Amino acid sequence: MLGGEAMGTYIPNTGKEQQEMLEACGMRSLDDLYSGIPDDLKRREPLDIPEGKPEADVVREMQRMARKNRVYETVFRGAGAYRHYIPAIVGEVTGKEEFRTAYTPYQAEISQGVLQSIFEYQTDICELTGMAASNAGVYDGATAAAEACEMCRDRKRSRVLVSGTVDPKILSVVRTYAFGRDADVVCVPEKDGTTDMEALSGMLDAETACVLLQQPNYFGCAEDAEQIAEMVHAGGAKLIMSCNPIALAVMKTPGECGADIAVGEGQPLGLPLNFGGPYLGFMAADEKMVRKLPGRIVGETTDLNGERCFVLTMQAREQHIRREKASSNICSNEALCALTATVYLAAMGTEGLRKTAQMCHDKAAYLRGALEKAGLKPVYDRPFFHEFVVQAEDEEQVHAVLNALDAENILGGLPLGGGRMLWCATEMNTREEMDRTADIVREVLKR
Amino acid sequence: MKLIFERSASGRHTDYLPSDDVPSAEMQFPLRERALRLPEVPEVEVDRHYTELAHETRGVNGGFYPLGSCTMKYNPAAAERTAALEGFTGVHPLQEDESVQGCLEVMLRTEQMLREITGMDAMTLQPAAGAHGEFTGLLLIKAWHRSRGDAARNKILVPDSAHGTNPASAAMAGFEVVNIPSDADGYVDLKALREHVGADTAGLMLTNPNTVGLFDPHISEITSIVHEAGGLNYYDGANLNAIMGIVRPGDMGFDVVHLNLHKTFATPHGGGGPGSGPVGCKAFLRDFLPGFRAEEQDGSVHRVHAAARVGDVRSFGGNFSVVVKALTYLLSIGREGVPQTAANAVLNANYLMHRLKDVYPMAFDVTCMHEFVITLERMKEETGVSALDIAKGLIDYGMHPPTMYFPLIVHEALMVEPTETETKQTLDAAADAFRTVLEEARANPEEAHHRPLTTRIRRPDEVKAARKPVIRYDFGD
Repeated sequence: MLGGEAMGTYIPNTGKEQQEMLEACGMRSLDDLYSGIPDDLKRREPLDIPEGKPEADVVREMQRMARKNRVYETVFRGAGAYRHYIPAIVGEVTGKEEFRTAYTPYQAEISQGVLQSIFEYQTDICELTGMAASNAGVYDGATAAAEACEMCRDRKRSRVLVSGTVDPKILSVVRTYAFGRDADVVCVPEKDGTTDMEALSGMLDAETACVLLQQPNYFGCAEDAEQIAEMVHAGGAKLIMSCNPIALAVMKTPGECGADIAVGEGQPLGLPLNFGGPYLGFMAADEKMVRKLPGRIVGETTDLNGERCFVLTMQAREQHIRREKASSNICSNEALCALTATVYLAAMGTEGLRKTAQMCHDKAAYLRGALEKAGLKPVYDRPFFHEFVVQAEDEEQVHAVLNALDAENILGGLPLGGGRMLWCATEMNTREEMDRTADIVREVLKR
Repeated sequence: MKLIFERSASGRHTDYLPSDDVPSAEMQFPLRERALRLPEVPEVEVDRHYTELAHETRGVNGGFYPLGSCTMKYNPAAAERTAALEGFTGVHPLQEDESVQGCLEVMLRTEQMLREITGMDAMTLQPAAGAHGEFTGLLLIKAWHRSRGDAARNKILVPDSAHGTNPASAAMAGFEVVNIPSDADGYVDLKALREHVGADTAGLMLTNPNTVGLFDPHISEITSIVHEAGGLNYYDGANLNAIMGIVRPGDMGFDVVHLNLHKTFATPHGGGGPGSGPVGCKAFLRDFLPGFRAEEQDGSVHRVHAAARVGDVRSFGGNFSVVVKALTYLLSIGREGVPQTAANAVLNANYLMHRLKDVYPMAFDVTCMHEFVITLERMKEETGVSALDIAKGLIDYGMHPPTMYFPLIVHEALMVEPTETETKQTLDAAADAFRTVLEEARANPEEAHHRPLTTRIRRPDEVKAARKPVIRYDFGD
């Protein structure tokens, strides 16, 4: 039996109103609404979940859970999720009710704000990547890479080569999407911290659709993307570059390197760590591949008064029109995260973003030197951006280092196995904490 | 409205970053040659610009939002508060298990409650949206058939009333799509279904209640037909809001389910995301689930990976802060609130339908579930006024229009889903607006073609936008 008592904060109908509404529909009770459902399917027992609670109790309960987590004062861990400074204005803007609760902007007349913000986002992504066309974003950097691989495949060329220096989380997602399409994914070996060029050149053949490269790569090293682009194009395949967006402020862009598609994880652009999500996958392509891009794209047009305005465009690529022939099934993306990135970039501006990149690099260089002096040798002698790998004696030593840092409220580098650790520094790390970290490491290594 | 780039002037300086306290190091990698052109705007202008944009964006709190199939319910303020707790936002996804016990508890408890609501045995929270969940669920089905050496099952049956994502997801998962027609009552045509199942059937994707707002009473027979043919049944949870706590997909014969936390569980849509599309399954599919699951062992919660998992469908554990919001909502409404939510969503839909059906022809004039579909086919023939014209007219009365031209099996369709969070007063006002717009359109069809009359932008030229795409700002060089 449904109904009767008060319904809680989010159901406004009173008992009296319910009766009036039921009567208007020619019904007597809420149960009548479900008379079309076979009785044997209906649940007789209440659900085995807790009783509802007032807001104050729920908030207290959620606070209790939040307190059980450790939020480190100092973070030297990246590997796909980065702690950067987020100007207060970013949250002020993205918290606005209209942006937060609106649906996908199908009704252009009452969605110009969100449509225009996506147009601005697309422009920013084109600027960062040096590419011609950007979509409105996808779920995260890994799915962006996987979708980009799908864009390159055709009947003749269906194999994807993924450099062994690509983040294993991205590789896993690329493999999953390829399992869907029954396509091959082959790993190109890594050599001295970057893609093994000789091996790559031997692996490119008439069935290779594309090569996925990460810049800077998972180990923090810069790849020779230009040379790889030449090699890949000579083999008739396409190059996808997965890039760190902060690094793009200073690094040679995918467009300048000759990549066909640029993708990446947009989380560093103003999104908190949030235990892994929501994040943002950005995707930009060469002019020739625009109509293969998945998901929403916003275009400029005019209305019946000739006024400039914006609409969702090239929708013939999308699932609600093309169904099984669509370029992807994506519908909801990460629009609010794309807005976050747009506002972050507007606040930082060209100089702010360039300075962030420079500081990330400077701090990483300082940390790398300090750790080396403390006894953790860098593994690769390659140009790097803000991450690098060091070698400890063994796994036991890695854990001793991490435990000692943990006791000081410091999250150390990510263990990669074999005594190796991947460290990251951003503009958030101070010289004082890097010195302190090196001191702690030195003490542990002495033991 | 100006673009942010048109408010820009180079040389503006901002001070957001921490003080620089280490020596500058020369970058050894190749540098970008082309200058980066981000907006250079003072903070006050950033704030004003996006405030202006917000004013031209319609959120749920800006008025009635009966967008069919999208479940645009009110998004609780409490969930914004809990999701913003630093104990959640500040956690790195690659921290060790013992330092993320709170996050894992959130995931565990959400999963437990959603499993109970759907009647499933296991669940992953990794998929980032509904369509992503569909893709994930279909990969489970594919992996299961493969694990039994049954690779010949390459077809997925999809009713013609299905959401466009269903066939698109099936194609991405490598399946051939077989469309199953609906019968005259809007239900799955059982005869056609029987004709299409066979040794090549991998599974069926179904939304129930379906996209015309009807609960298919033959559901047990439908799922049995597919099971007997050796296929599995996939439940598209887009319309779960109508029936949660009343009937469970798991009890209807479904093996895999995806949910939309951003619909049924009240998390905001964000202008098109982030959503979250958890996928639940029966025990025999558990080993194929992607990502990690939070599991309790010896008094603490751990991340556990399934043995034969299909691989990750995105990085890390999913759209975590969306899960925090959904859990906040679930803890609030609780055991009694789940079926009450469903019943009031269905009540509101039926009430609004009854207030309209003497003037608006219904595609199926029977008791509906959480939504109903209007067909303006005759109106279009008689007066030239289309579903689009009526939808645009409703904007002039402060409403977000219903979903237009969907489902595809109804011509000149308007799909209306009021949700349970609307008051009777709102529904009454909406009914009046619907009726006025119709009367006005009848009296003056020419004006109807030009609505809305009250917005700054009216009827953008979509053909022009698609023919010569301009998809980024032209800096004039």
